[in-house]
Amino acid sequence: MKPYLFAAIGASFFATSLAVHAADVPAVLQSKCASCHALTKPESNSLDRLWERKGPDLHYAGNKFNKEWLVEWLQDPAKIRPAGEFYRKHVKPGTKEDVVDESSLAPHPKLAREDAEAAANALMTLTDPDGLIEKGAFKDQKVAMSMGAMYFNKLRGCAACHSAVPGKGGLSGPEMATAGKRLQPDFIYSYIKDPQKIDKGVWMPKLDISDADLQKLTSYIVQLSAKEDKK
Amino acid sequence: MNSRNSISFSWLTSIGLISLLAFMEPAAAASDDSFEHAERLYDTYCTQCHGVNRDGNGVNSVFMSVQPRDHSDAKGMGDIPNSEIIDVIKKGGLAANKSVLMPAWGGVFSDEEVNQLAAYLRHVCKCGSDQ
Repeated sequence: MKPYLFAAIGASFFATSLAVHAADVPAVLQSKCASCHALTKPESNSLDRLWERKGPDLHYAGNKFNKEWLVEWLQDPAKIRPAGEFYRKHVKPGTKEDVVDESSLAPHPKLAREDAEAAANALMTLTDPDGLIEKGAFKDQKVAMSMGAMYFNKLRGCAACHSAVPGKGGLSGPEMATAGKRLQPDFIYSYIKDPQKIDKGVWMPKLDISDADLQKLTSYIVQLSAKEDKK
Repeated sequence: MNSRNSISFSWLTSIGLISLLAFMEPAAAASDDSFEHAERLYDTYCTQCHGVNRDGNGVNSVFMSVQPRDHSDAKGMGDIPNSEIIDVIKKGGLAANKSVLMPAWGGVFSDEEVNQLAAYLRHVCKCGSDQ
């Protein structure tokens, strides 16, 4: 057998063994989550799919969420995306600015503690085989909150779509006030760096941001939730 | 003109107008069809700030320090050359000394899609041409 053919077969076997197939998705997720969330990597990244999906994709949830947060949130889900998923389907013209059509938003189901723990455990097994999230990328260097806020609000314009303080800031993206509790820092770093690599077609642009600035923004977002905790 | 002739004349006029409209409608529809993809892109990515009505009043605009451009404003949009519109979509507001709140979409849209969006903006503002 020619070496390249051998390598190709080996690589394909390796990829097959790593990818999560629908049959491998834990039953608790199939019954509780599958009707609104993609639990395996979607075959299509078309705009139509973006418009049709009811919740964010979860096929890399194990590299995205903090398990402790999942257990708590699934029992008492608070709104993360003020304008829902997908925002465009839930906004309408208002008196002046467009407003969120609250009547179109369905609350996330609440799970009992036992189910929440089972679902959180199962979600943490859905890991990303494609290296979408850069493990160890975040260096955990503290940033002064005033400096972080300047990057978030003024220099990078994140506040246009995301709120760092409840009740202030953009509504089309998820709120960032609790993101540090919700998300793993390496996920925050990787998503800011290239949201289109992780969530192809999402309505967040890929910006050209240096590693130093990515570290500052990630650190600021992580620290925001600690600030919220003190309140 | 007696009343019968008057009725016949108005019928003929109506039939003529209907025929004319029937003739014109497909042309207008074809013109809108050419913006179908750009309109979908605009609805997906641009309305969050520029608004469902394309008037700069998007759901995110409430707390913005600089208001998003009103794309329905023929005067304001007519003064901007196509090259600047394309640059700002691809590279963001800073490329034209405008607000950082307009991000660079060059990593999301292909060059062809950027050109389609620029043409669509001319359609929305009913202004300008290739300047």
